[in-house]
Parts: sequence; C-alpha cells; structure tokens
Amino acid sequence: MGIYLPIAEISVNVFVLLAMGAAVGFLSGMFGVGGGFLITPLLIFYNIPPAIAVATGANQVIASSFSGALSHFKRGTLDFKLGGVLLAGGIVGSTAGIFVFALLRRLGQLDLFISLLYVALLGTVGGLMLVESVNALRATRSGAAPVLKKSGQHNWIHRLPFKMRFRASKLFVSVIPVLGLGAAIGFLSSIMGVGGGFIMVPALIYLLKVPTNVVIGTSLFQIIFTSAYTTLVHATTNQTVDVILAFLLMAGGVAGAQYGAKAGQRLRGEQLRALLALLVLSVAIRLAIDLFVTPPNLYSLSAAGLN
Amino acid sequence: MAGLRAFAAISFLSLAAAALPAAAQTPPAAESIQIGLSTDAISITAGFSGADLTIFGSLENPDPLVARQGRYDVIVVLEGPDRPVVVRRKDRVLGVWVNLESETFENVPVSYSVATTRPLQDITEPNSYKQLSLGASNLYMQPAEPGDSPATIEEFTAALRERKAATGLYSENVGGVQFLSQNLFRATVRLAPNIPVGTHKARAFLFKSGMFVKESSAQLEIRKSGFEQSIFRVAHDYSFLYGVFAVSLAMLTGWLGRLVFRRD
Repeated sequence: MGIYLPIAEISVNVFVLLAMGAAVGFLSGMFGVGGGFLITPLLIFYNIPPAIAVATGANQVIASSFSGALSHFKRGTLDFKLGGVLLAGGIVGSTAGIFVFALLRRLGQLDLFISLLYVALLGTVGGLMLVESVNALRATRSGAAPVLKKSGQHNWIHRLPFKMRFRASKLFVSVIPVLGLGAAIGFLSSIMGVGGGFIMVPALIYLLKVPTNVVIGTSLFQIIFTSAYTTLVHATTNQTVDVILAFLLMAGGVAGAQYGAKAGQRLRGEQLRALLALLVLSVAIRLAIDLFVTPPNLYSLSAAGLN
Repeated sequence: MAGLRAFAAISFLSLAAAALPAAAQTPPAAESIQIGLSTDAISITAGFSGADLTIFGSLENPDPLVARQGRYDVIVVLEGPDRPVVVRRKDRVLGVWVNLESETFENVPVSYSVATTRPLQDITEPNSYKQLSLGASNLYMQPAEPGDSPATIEEFTAALRERKAATGLYSENVGGVQFLSQNLFRATVRLAPNIPVGTHKARAFLFKSGMFVKESSAQLEIRKSGFEQSIFRVAHDYSFLYGVFAVSLAMLTGWLGRLVFRRD
C-alpha cells in the first residue's frame, strides 16, 4: 500500500516503513538505544532525502525512547539527576550541531559527513565494546568469577573538580565529563539523527562507571529530550520533519520496543553488550563499504539555494 | 493507474467550415492547434503513485490531403516549474567517494514529460528542436557560472538530463499522441510519482511535413490534496507549532504503544 509523504514529497510503501520501525524498535528495546543509528541509514537507503531522514529519525527516536524510559521508570532503573545534567550539556551540543548541519548541507558535503561520522563512531564504539564483552564472556566461561567493579577503582575522570553525587547510580563524580558527554551526544543527535544511545551507553559504563542496569534507563531518559529538542529545531529551521513518515516508523517501533525489552531481560549483561557491539559494527562496515565502492551514479542533483 | 482527463472544447469553427461550401472559395486559412484542459488544477492524494494525464486538442483548418497522408505531427509537453539545480560529481579522494565538482544551473524545469505522434527524430530536424527548445535533450540549461569550460558545462548538463530521466521526471512517450479524427487528437503524458507541485505548463506543437506550424499552451496547477497540503503548509508556515506537534505525537505514540504492547 503506497502513501504519499507530504514533506519528503515521494510515495512509499506503508508496510515497509512499519516493518522497518518494528525491527529497529525491537533492537532498541533490547539494547536500550533509541535506534536512530539504524533508522537514519535505512531511510536513506530507502531513497528518503538524507536531510529529511535525519530530522525524521530524531522524531521517531522520541517515541521509542519515551516508551522504553517508561518501562525503566516503573522498574526504578532511571537516574533523573544524572539524566538532567547530561541533558543540560545536550541542549548546547544540539544547537551547535544544527548550525553545522545547515552549513554542510549548503556545501553539498552533508551526506559524506554523515557517513564518515557513522563509520568512525560506530566502528570505534562497536570495536571497543566487542573486545571488552568477549573478554568478559571468556572469563565467565573459564569459570573465573566475573570481576566486580570495586568502588575504589578510579580513573582520571574521577579526579576532576566540581563533584556531584548521583544517588540512584551510586556515583560521586565531577560534572565536567557528564556535561561534556551530554554536549557531544547532542551534537551527534542533530547531525546524525540519532539519540546517541550507542555512545551514551558505553560511555556511562566504561568512563563514568555507572551500573549497567541504571545506564539504559538514564540514557533513554536523556535521549527523549535531546531528540525532542533536535526535532523542534529541525522543524523550525529546515522544515525537514515528516510527521507521516515519523508516525509510521513510531507505530512499528513502539510495538517492537516492548518485545525487545522483554527479550533483553533474558540475556546477561555481557551477552547483551557483545550483541550490541556486533550490530553497531555491522552498520559501520555496511556504511564504510558504500564510501569506497564506486557509486552507481557519480552525479547527484539537489535544489540550489537551500539553507 | 487512474487517467486524469482534461477535455478540450472541440472547435466548432472547423465543423462549420466543412458544412459551408462557400468557405472553400476563400484561400485556405492557416492551420493552427488548440488544446484545452477541463480542469486547471490536479490534486495529488496520499496514494499517488504516478498517473497518466490525457489532454485533448484539435487542429483547426487542416489540409485534408496532408492529414490523410499522416503528415501532421503533434508534440505535447507538460513542463514543471523552473528551479535552480546543483549537479554534483563524486570523485575518489583517498579511496573515498566525495562530492567534488559541481555546476549550478538556473531555471531547470523540475519535470518535463513529452508525448509525440512519432519518434522525435522522424518528426523534424534537430535544428528546429533546438530553436524551439523542444525535447528534454534540447532544453537549454543556463549555467550559473558561464565562465566554466564548455566541456564541463556540457558534461554536467548531460548528467542533469540523465538523472532527471532516471527518476522519471523527464519522460518521453512516443506514440502518446493519437489522432482520433482529422481534427481531434488525444495526448497522454506521464506524471511521475515524485512530480513537483506548482504551476505546470502544457504546450502543444504542430508540425506539417516536418515544418513547425503553430504552438498552443495551457496552464495546469498541480498541488497536494487537502490533508497532505495542510501538513505541508503547516510545516512551513507554523514550523514551531508543527515541531511541537511532532514531538507530542511521538510521546503519545510511545506511551500508547507501551499500554497496548506491554510485556512486563
């Protein structure tokens, strides 16, 4: 069944979009990521103009992360204070990102920049997570008790000033890295149409040493607001949010997310991380291949005089 | 595919001329062509996946002998609004494909559908197409920087045409114009699924034994139908409210989705 998208100005198949949303929603519920890093490339692959894919992806992420955050809120695995500080940084980062987005679009390098960012970030994050989680898995298999995080274990981040106590996360840490992390993720959110969960989750776990069970809920909580802000700014400055497209993705996404969250509870932490790492890595490889393989069309058209 | 029909008023003049033998004594009036559209606007709905637009038209004062020998040819063009376009070419930089060179063209018709009685090369000389700027390959694309080398401009112009044709925006329907009688013809032009909204211009060209005779044109407004149009307009005119709506819709969907599909 075809439907005409009023902003993207093309006809698409309703069921393809619903299925796309459901599949990504399942993964997002399972891993506690918004799914934007999958939705945006998928939309571009489905011939949606990149600028619209990014803005609409951000809109879709709100629904899945809101749904997911509600589940975590019920279970009490959500640190509002930590989420709030991350968010403060996030707003600053997204604002900067929107300007860079408009500039790159004018220069015709937006698509390349988006792909490069995806490959670099997904590749690094996925690679690091895979190494770590495989080591953890191996340790469990060989019978050794999993190394528990000792509260006395500190790294350079814990020596920074302006410390703040985050009770729900059992954390006492400087606000500087928290704000910085928030800002970096806000920036990526507006340029890549992602919530940033795939960076947020490992960064909270490995850099800030937040307990894994709190990480996902808190990350989702922060993502709701960062992507809501990104959606608003894209809608106002670029008019690139397509609500019909976003709604179809969301409808599939929220359904998938609930099943995904259930499936995720049956897996152990390191298994979950290993799977997420594999997923992230495969998206990175797919995008990297596109960068190097000769494109079917060397030429592309775009409207001149776009902001 | 739902045919969108536009009817031309059949000129009663030609009928009257045939009925009155007195008219034969005066020197034959020059042929001309008329097209008419029953509607001046077409709405694109949610299910739009391309369509054929039928345009009816008539020849006035045709020479019966020429008509019998099939030496009248008609070309009908539906041309979309002009917009500036940037054509970019990817090149390899350190193994990665990057948009490097680009050429901007002013006033490129967003869409260009042609219907003809016969293949274009059989109707008339390439030169007369050039003069009339008729046919996708003869459209003149005005480069924004005419100082660029002619070879580059030519290369990017060709790429522009090729891309437009590949997306169905520039199309050619050979045999799409059929004579129903000596005077009346019907032209079928394709509307691509991604046809742009705006004022389109329908033009009909009459050729007699390979010579251009006359041209006639009509305007057609293509717009999104009620719902899509409202969304588009709100997104542009009340963009902030639209953004707020998009965000609230997402939150509502997220919440409802959890209620409906709850698994914990």
